[in-house]
Amino acid sequence: MSVKLLLEKAHVEGIKSYEVYRREGGYRAAEKAFKLTPAEITEEVKKSGLRGRGGAGFPTGLKWSFLAKPEGVPRYLVCNADESEPGTFKDRYLMEFIPHILIEGMIISSFALGSNRSYIYIRGEYAWVADILETAIGEARANGWLGKNIQNSGFDCEMYVHRGAGAYICGEETALLESLEGKRGNPRIKPPFPAVKGLYGCPTVVNNVETLAAVVPIINITGEEYAKIGVGRSTGTKLISACGNIKKPGIYEIDMTISVEEFIYSDEYCGGIANGKRLKACIPGGSSVPILPANLLLKTAKGETRYMNYESLSDGGFATGSMMGSGGFIVLDEDQCVVKHTYTLSRFYWHESCGQCSPCREGTGWLEKIMRNMENGKGTMSDIDLLWDVQRRIEGNTICPLGDAAAWPVAAAIRHFRDEFEWHVLNPEKCLTENYGLAHYADPIQVTT
Amino acid sequence: MKVEFTAEQLKEIDKVIERYPEGRQKSALLHVLHMAQDSFGGWLSVPVMDYVASLLKLEPVEVYEVASFYSMYHIKPVGKYVFEVCHTGPCMINGCDNIINYIKQKLNIDVGETTEDGLFTLKTVECLGACGYAPMMQLGDHYKEHLTPQRVDEIIETCRKEAAMAS
Ligand SMILES: Cc1cc2nc3c(=O)[nH]c(=O)nc-3n(C[C@H](O)[C@H](O)[C@H](O)COP(=O)(O)O)c2cc1C
Ligand code: SF4
Ligand code: FES
Repeated sequence: MSVKLLLEKAHVEGIKSYEVYRREGGYRAAEKAFKLTPAEITEEVKKSGLRGRGGAGFPTGLKWSFLAKPEGVPRYLVCNADESEPGTFKDRYLMEFIPHILIEGMIISSFALGSNRSYIYIRGEYAWVADILETAIGEARANGWLGKNIQNSGFDCEMYVHRGAGAYICGEETALLESLEGKRGNPRIKPPFPAVKGLYGCPTVVNNVETLAAVVPIINITGEEYAKIGVGRSTGTKLISACGNIKKPGIYEIDMTISVEEFIYSDEYCGGIANGKRLKACIPGGSSVPILPANLLLKTAKGETRYMNYESLSDGGFATGSMMGSGGFIVLDEDQCVVKHTYTLSRFYWHESCGQCSPCREGTGWLEKIMRNMENGKGTMSDIDLLWDVQRRIEGNTICPLGDAAAWPVAAAIRHFRDEFEWHVLNPEKCLTENYGLAHYADPIQVTT
Repeated sequence: MKVEFTAEQLKEIDKVIERYPEGRQKSALLHVLHMAQDSFGGWLSVPVMDYVASLLKLEPVEVYEVASFYSMYHIKPVGKYVFEVCHTGPCMINGCDNIINYIKQKLNIDVGETTEDGLFTLKTVECLGACGYAPMMQLGDHYKEHLTPQRVDEIIETCRKEAAMAS
């Protein structure tokens, strides 16, 4: 059994309510935090080595220390609960089942950052989850954890839920701030960074749900102890949302020392590939990160075991590795078509591009169109090179990273599965009814059914 | 249909505006548009958007550009029940195509269309953050997960019954 810090109490009956959460030791971290100074809390978070759980993995304590603190200007903490990256559904789980851990984490973080008004920006479709959060915030306020002079600390803090209305791009932090201001979710040009000019032009920290929830165990056990869990720069625990062709899709809290093989095949986690099939490929960190064929997923190019942590998943760079990303773990079995799957992702990014910069707006349109042709048996060999060319022209040439996120899945699919693309071109009829299969990416694991 | 919020709804809007700093009432726009869509026929017509603009003291165009940006706002009429079936990769792996085809057949409509009785609209949408519970769809404020043809039948039946009771 690995360590559980976030989900330890997830199955306690009634944990959604303040009463049970409190009885189970909730708000102890907040109690402790109000006895510390804001600088001491930030120091604990720094020591913990916590890295942003929204996808980029930026060190949270460092990010907090960049927050500008001009006199007389309000500062804001904004929780990013937009969760729209295909394969990712972990934040929803936390908010739906243990909403108070997020609220407690946000109260501590608000205190550390000096934010008197904090917002949770939640994707509009999670309407019922927004209601759960509203209820939990109401309970926290009623029990003196929000409002004026919280626990006699002299600190005032209000917290509000802000529902989006359907737009992946609003997960990008500056688009999110635009959306919070009641506008279209068009990302802003950086710099200035939100830490200097964020919400309403004021210094702002934007953090993911899981990041802010992790502040609770950090304060409870201390940053130093938190940093001892995991390995290297992958400290603490990480939530992984696992989906696709596995026996047990769901949310798993891992301590980042387990191997990818263990994660996929052990009964404690995914339970193996469903229906006795073999593993073909996997996107380990949400749709934006490179897809890996089975052989490179379970072992690195050097032949070493690959582990479920930031460093190991990215070992080999984009040539032979991938990324931890948001922890959206998408497993494809031998019956899946990589071309078709990649096509749906290209369509996704094209649909979600805000259209502000031409490489992204036009490029995602091209990717979608060529991938659709490829999937429908209408592609040519030169289309494969064209796809490669288009994705390269998007990458690095846009205002926000959505452009890269659209380019990478296509690049990785061609890099590792070019023969499958070629097979589609050479078999325009057959590819409509049959799939290419496993070929040489064969699952190195012996499966017994 | 009369385009006017009830006194209670207007109070709710005032409360929402209070969540944002003085002069930042525009931040309440997304919330008010959700309310308007729910209250005035399930979509945002121009008179509805103009009404929202007047309430929040915004230019109508500020409302139009927001309404057309976000996928949850319908700027064309839709049926009473909108089936928004996710068709992104993870749901595709788990057979959303079969579900979409089944709904098409059952309701005799294509994606993007509404049944003649005005009850059902079928749409495909991108990832809704329920990939582990695929195939799935959004129906109003709720998710319907682990869809099978039987489950779809039940959902359609429930909607029909509910609509019959309401009329
Ligand atoms: C297109 C795009 C979508 C994103 N979506 C999300 C999201 O849904 N949730 C999230 O926490 N971060 C998302 N991010 C990352 C945020 O911009 C930001 O880095 C993150 O919220 C920072 O929080 P963290 O440091 O706690 O990870 C997205 C980024 C991009 C470019
Ligand atoms: S990269 Fe795409 S999503 Fe990002 S700002 Fe440019 S057009 Fe918009
Ligand atoms: S892919 Fe359908 S909910 Fe994520």
